[in-house]
Amino acid sequence: MATESKTASSMAETVGRACWSCGAARAAEFCTNCGKVQPPQSVDYFTFFGLPRKLSIDVVLLQREFYELSRKLHPDLYGQTSKQEQEWSLEQSSLLNDAYRTLKDPIKRTEYLLRLEGVELEEQSKKATETARDSGEIKKQVVPPDLLEEVFELNMQLEELRMNRKMGEDDLALIGELQAQKAEFEKKFEVLSQELKQYWDQWDRVVDLDQDDKRRQVRDKMVDVLNRRNYIRNLVRDVNEALGS
Amino acid sequence: MSNQRIVGIDLGTTNSLVAFMQGDVPVVIPGDDGLNLVPSVVALDENDQIIVGNAARKYLIETPERAVYSIKRLMGRGIEDIREELKLFPFRLAEDLQPGEVLRIKLGDKTFTPPESSAFILRKLKRNAERFFAAPVTQAVITVPAYFNDAQRQATKDAGRIAGLEVLRLVNEPTAASLAYGLDQKQNGIVAVYDLGGGTFDISILKLHDGIFEVMATNGDTHLGGDDIDNLLITIALDDIQGDLGLNVRRNGEIVQTIRKSVIEAKIALSSEPAAKLDIELPGGNRYQREITRQQFEALIRPILDRTIAPCKQVMKDAGVTPEQIEEVVLVGGSTRIPTVRALVKEMFRREPHTDLNPDEVVALGAAVQAHILSGGSEVTHNMLLLDVTPLSLGIEVAGGVTDKIILRNSTVPASSTQHYTTQVDGQVNVAVHVLQGERELAKDCRSLARFDLKGIPPMPAGLPRIEVKFLIDANGILHVSAREQRSGKEAEIEVQPSYGLTDEQVESMILESFDSAEEDFRQRQVIEARNEAETILSALEKSKKSPAWGQLANGERKQISKLEKALQDVKQQDDYQKIRKAIDVLNQGTMRLAELMMDTAVSTALKGKTMEQADMGESPETGHPVAKADFE
Repeated sequence: MATESKTASSMAETVGRACWSCGAARAAEFCTNCGKVQPPQSVDYFTFFGLPRKLSIDVVLLQREFYELSRKLHPDLYGQTSKQEQEWSLEQSSLLNDAYRTLKDPIKRTEYLLRLEGVELEEQSKKATETARDSGEIKKQVVPPDLLEEVFELNMQLEELRMNRKMGEDDLALIGELQAQKAEFEKKFEVLSQELKQYWDQWDRVVDLDQDDKRRQVRDKMVDVLNRRNYIRNLVRDVNEALGS
Repeated sequence: MSNQRIVGIDLGTTNSLVAFMQGDVPVVIPGDDGLNLVPSVVALDENDQIIVGNAARKYLIETPERAVYSIKRLMGRGIEDIREELKLFPFRLAEDLQPGEVLRIKLGDKTFTPPESSAFILRKLKRNAERFFAAPVTQAVITVPAYFNDAQRQATKDAGRIAGLEVLRLVNEPTAASLAYGLDQKQNGIVAVYDLGGGTFDISILKLHDGIFEVMATNGDTHLGGDDIDNLLITIALDDIQGDLGLNVRRNGEIVQTIRKSVIEAKIALSSEPAAKLDIELPGGNRYQREITRQQFEALIRPILDRTIAPCKQVMKDAGVTPEQIEEVVLVGGSTRIPTVRALVKEMFRREPHTDLNPDEVVALGAAVQAHILSGGSEVTHNMLLLDVTPLSLGIEVAGGVTDKIILRNSTVPASSTQHYTTQVDGQVNVAVHVLQGERELAKDCRSLARFDLKGIPPMPAGLPRIEVKFLIDANGILHVSAREQRSGKEAEIEVQPSYGLTDEQVESMILESFDSAEEDFRQRQVIEARNEAETILSALEKSKKSPAWGQLANGERKQISKLEKALQDVKQQDDYQKIRKAIDVLNQGTMRLAELMMDTAVSTALKGKTMEQADMGESPETGHPVAKADFE
């Protein structure tokens, strides 16, 4: 109960509306006074959970919030209410589920936050994909400069493997090399994930300060790490595919 | 606040049931034959009346072209999807079917879409419930396989509407089963539900905690079930018959259905007996006999059961759990009675499955619990909440024929995704969108859900409009789309072309047709029944005129009876069943004294040593006395 009112008050601060049913001053997703579901507002996921735009989240607490809000907003509980309330509950619980799904996963959380900050990750850019498919080229991805040599080497090795397979041969030495290379990339992946965590802490500290340039710096660093991380993840996937088939 | 009962319905491939919450416990509502299971069989009788359930089964064997079963396999599917089904099931499609059109199956000379056919079954369940409550029933929760796609779900909802039921919620079958289980067990933990029915297979992993039933992941196969086992055995029998006796009876509908019946009986027997026998009469005085041992049976069906392994492995992977972390495996569906299935489940999940609940009824019972929650619930359900997921990823086709996944499989529903579109050409006022369901990369490998046009975009230079399209999957797992052009704030009009569905207008017309024909059918049946009754009374009266009792009546009485007799004969030719019944009643009244006299005669004759038959009492089947009032509905 304490959690509820705490969240409700922080939400009311950001949202502050009167309940359509009982007129109480504090109302967010549902009125804390009479319990009636409220019309959904287009708030971002952090605001929905009454959270600041910070990247460290207590996931256990988030989950508890999620269940509590589900018990209040789920359409099954509005079977006997007016059509309007049913619609609102559908929208609200959809927003709740979308928000929870995004915030509980650290990477999705980061990507979401970056999007809120106006960044479209090159890797995920649909436009880039479409342009690439249209032109028939391989999608222009930002190859991290420090990986250029390794990526070149890897592509050669994958090509060699495919050629071998076509001719029905299997070069065990080559396979060994590729597996070793994969392990290297997996290590790099881990390192990047750790790096990202550091930037989360940095972000969480600067976000409260009114320093736009500091914010942008940390933001850009995170974008960079994410891009490289995604790139490496795709490489590992390609190697797995080539080895596994 | 609704005082009406909301019922839970399991619309199964093989059997259907209706249930409701009676106090703290869900119970199945039996039919007028006293049985809980209504076979999902629909037939057309000699008078072109629709027959559903056990009564329809004999038509399957006697006039197979006037009966249909396993209709669930056709729901939400197009002609391209059912090629396999057409090879293995005697579905007869309407000849004038166009590609892309909703399927129509033939029953005698009539054709019905799968939703209409399912609606007949739902209507029977509805009537069973109404008879039980002595009150109307207009709202229901209907279950669907968790792995059903959007079109299959929509078809089920349509069937409900056609049957006169407002479908408040579609619940996934494994989730419904877990509700019945959870209500029964009241324990927290991770539960797997292995549901192998007549036509579909579902495997779901759920987390039960403090009344919340949260689906973590679900997987399955909507073309896999007990039917496949039956078909395998039927094929073997047909091959045997051809090989041993040189007879090809594949085209003979009656024989194939007789074989099917025999094969199903054998299959069921083999769950408890070490061997079973097939014994089928064939044309030309031939006979096909074969014994099957349980070992042979198990070896035969193993490849079919093995098809459940991959979905089980995938679902555990998606849920992020190992078999050790799963505390209970609940078995659902008649096919899970087969010992090999239980052994396979035990092997995969490394524990004995939970078999306390009746695998045939558990889904309907769970649906009843959900119906109860939707109608406000009570003490026993006050903490219960279902958090289900969408089984298939939702995607949009983008340039290059690739699927862009916008909502991933196993996302908790309701769920949404907002996408932005713009125009390619100056002044373009429409944008076309193709929505798909499935996990594959290429659009052509996924299931086409719908194509829709965003219309009424204000003409602007290319690339300028910003159309925001919201894709929302509701708690039933069904997709809703809304769109808005952001610069002008205008709601874009969306015209949806469902890939395999009925339009709203089509469903509406079916409701009216179904209602009309139900009324007409009802009226016709009343007329037929009334006429039959009249026949009975009149022929009994004829006989009693020959008895001594007739002579004992006063002249005036005899004249009166003859007058009433003529009146009934006249009105019997007409179509007004109420008039006929009235005339029957009046004649009954008028012949009461005659009846008494005949009773005395009969008694005295009996006392003289003769039997009732020898005293020629007439052949009234239902009544003890020829002109006494019979017990009608």
